[in-house]
Amino acid sequence: MTNQAEITVDTPDDERSKEVRSGRLKRFLENGTPYWFLSPYIIIFGTFGIFPVFFMIFLSFHTWNPVAGLGSMRFVGLENYALSLTDPRLWKTMWNTIAIAVMSGLAQHLVALPMAYLLISLGARARHWLSTAYFLPYVTSTVAVSMIFYIMYSPQSGIINQGLNLLANGTLTSWAFGWIGQFQPIGWLQENSLIRYSISFVVFWKYVGFNIVIYAAGLSTINQELYEAAKIDGASHMQRFRYVALPLLKPFIFFAVTLTIIGNMQLFDEPYVLTRGLQQATSNGMTISNYLYRIGWEWLDMGSAAAVSWILFVVIALFTGLYFWLFGRQGLGGNE
Amino acid sequence: MFQLFENPHYQRGISLAARTVLWAFLLLGVLLTIFPFFWGALLATHDRTTMFSSAFVLTFSDQLFNNYERLIDIMPFWIGMFNSFKIALIGTLVSLLFCSMCGYALAVFKFRGKSAIFTIMICSMMLPPILTLIPYYMIVSAIGLRDTHLAVWLPFVINPFGIFLMRQYVVASIPTALLEAAKLDGASAFRTYWSIALPLLRPGLATLAIVQFVFLWNNFLQPLVILTSTDQMVITQLLRRMQGIPNTPWGAVMLGTTISIIPLICIYLVSSKQMISGLTSGAVK
Repeated sequence: MTNQAEITVDTPDDERSKEVRSGRLKRFLENGTPYWFLSPYIIIFGTFGIFPVFFMIFLSFHTWNPVAGLGSMRFVGLENYALSLTDPRLWKTMWNTIAIAVMSGLAQHLVALPMAYLLISLGARARHWLSTAYFLPYVTSTVAVSMIFYIMYSPQSGIINQGLNLLANGTLTSWAFGWIGQFQPIGWLQENSLIRYSISFVVFWKYVGFNIVIYAAGLSTINQELYEAAKIDGASHMQRFRYVALPLLKPFIFFAVTLTIIGNMQLFDEPYVLTRGLQQATSNGMTISNYLYRIGWEWLDMGSAAAVSWILFVVIALFTGLYFWLFGRQGLGGNE
Repeated sequence: MFQLFENPHYQRGISLAARTVLWAFLLLGVLLTIFPFFWGALLATHDRTTMFSSAFVLTFSDQLFNNYERLIDIMPFWIGMFNSFKIALIGTLVSLLFCSMCGYALAVFKFRGKSAIFTIMICSMMLPPILTLIPYYMIVSAIGLRDTHLAVWLPFVINPFGIFLMRQYVVASIPTALLEAAKLDGASAFRTYWSIALPLLRPGLATLAIVQFVFLWNNFLQPLVILTSTDQMVITQLLRRMQGIPNTPWGAVMLGTTISIIPLICIYLVSSKQMISGLTSGAVK
């Protein structure tokens, strides 16, 4: 530092002004440095994040057929919203989405919590192997596993119906399962009354392991002495789970449930593949994202699709908002 | 098996019967989780006649090579695999660069608009991707990127979760004194980031790489709307399309599905611990 100062003092005047100028340039570059580092984010997010949101507002007041080019865009005011909001199929698909989200979501968390509690009661090695197994579906592609489930659900030759047939006709099991025989072949994905359950099961199967791992990690942060103290006070296994583990797990539950709500409300891949992308708009298995895809890319009505996206966004925001309002303070409070 | 109960709290008071029930329950869970994968692999060795006989078959058949020939015949399978791999790999590498740059900037520099950028990032994490799907499709069409792989990975290279993750790692693992020293030695800001910060961020980069690769490999919705020619399609798309052809050769399709799962399962088996902690790192900090 001192060396530099001496050098500056010794330099002649014109050299010095040059240095001041280059210093200014340098300072300008330096002041800009953070923005240079952030420029990829600013450019890409601006293009694919901010612009789309505003464009969606604009588009939802227009009709537009993407095949006919940008010129075919026409202002229609609130017509898209009016049409969408009075479209019974929209509410039907909305209800389907909520039903599947709640069914698969509730099952996921109700199974994952006790499973995680059992898991952490094991030794480290057993815990590791079991969580590796449970987590596997989360890593694999939704499309691939949905293809496999599509085959498993097949009415004539799927393993599920074949297994049920075996149970229904088996000499040892027919007394308990014989009644299933009269419903065969069961169209798990063809029967409108069953399809929601079939889709929900795949969603449950895919994500339950993820929640188990999160809850196990949460439970392992709990100090063992707390359990010990509760035990000394005479708390049973169930009571320790209910009064020690569960309250301390709240921030984890809060986080995991938030992810489930946001993810499940946008469910697309599973129902799309399980129904071969061909189901009727009035089917019970059609989620709102599937419907949105159909409106935009198959019926080529982008304006209405934009309006539907906004409606979906508002519904997701309402659900998450409601959830945050109901549980947010507790959930986050546990973190402190 | 029971010596696995290393935790002394639980050893006491659990009877043998209870342990058996516990293990039966846990292993049933494993069975239910693994079974579909096993089943997919098993059907890959069957052809239509054995698959669609109504008899209960639980054995491997001998149609594997026929199925493979069929698979190659009905779709450009390896091109699809290559496309998926290319998209996942390039997208991951670019996102490592961009996310670490942004995370570094947010951790190291003080500048105007920082809190605004923070707020925008947090809000954008709550934005459902389906909402921006239509404009995404439009922009991609408008700049002539339809049916290109670039369009599929580009929007995902600035994952806000990844940026926050990187920021956390910079704060936690790079001492400010080190950066000051580099500056005094005359290293430029980019040079400091590239040669000093980046090597220290390796564990964070590995975590982010896992998250991004898994996401990009499995992504379906964006390719579905962007990629239209068969030679550009990713593997998930190609497999999905096979549902639509008449008399689908399911044995071949199951073979393709199983092969398409294998790369990720291999990576997973080698580094399951890191992958699990990476993919759940949003929750467990």
